[in-house]
Amino acid sequence: MPVEVRLPTVLRQHAAGQSSVKANGTTIGEVFEDLVRQFPLLAGQVITEDGSLHKFVNVYRNDDDVRFLDKLGTPVADDDVVTILPAVAGG
Amino acid sequence: MIDHALVEKEKPAEACGLLAGELGEFDVKAVYPCANAAPPEKQDVIYELDPGDHLRADREAQANGWEIIGVYHSHTHTEALPSPTDIAQAPDASWHYIVVSVRHPTAVVRSFTIADGNVAEEPLVLERPPAR
Repeated sequence: MPVEVRLPTVLRQHAAGQSSVKANGTTIGEVFEDLVRQFPLLAGQVITEDGSLHKFVNVYRNDDDVRFLDKLGTPVADDDVVTILPAVAGG
Repeated sequence: MIDHALVEKEKPAEACGLLAGELGEFDVKAVYPCANAAPPEKQDVIYELDPGDHLRADREAQANGWEIIGVYHSHTHTEALPSPTDIAQAPDASWHYIVVSVRHPTAVVRSFTIADGNVAEEPLVLERPPAR
């Protein structure tokens, strides 16, 4: 069963303008692999070249920031919602 | 935004928050003050918008049919202009970036777009929020 992945405005241009897409996987990492298979332009936007979570995004499984769970290894189940938001910072 | 900036100035710290509205329009329907999650000793010169507050603001905006369309933050010691850090770290070219300077007794509020490192000021009209 796929999970829902909510995309921030800045990434929608790489996903045919959609704000929410479905992707398959049992972990956050697998979900993102499927996401990139569907929308190749998302490659490099969420996962770095060395395969870790990009520091410019925050990723949540439902209400929880996956950095405080198991990062890309965080398990996902049916009906989970994965939300990607930009990390917002400045000086 | 100004009240939030003035409160945080006393710490001293930069205030930050998110702006919600219709995509493609610069008509702010809601302002969501957020915590500055930067290390306490650096909060007077940088801000890191609390990721949990961001998620809550995003959900509340979506529930009202809005999107997050920008961010505000304050400068405690400098003018209301995007800093090099603000420009380098601007997350979304479609967003509006409001800077509130509380350096002087009267706050100065200006708004900018930041796309690929290019900064452009845009007109900003402030309205007092309705009394609660």
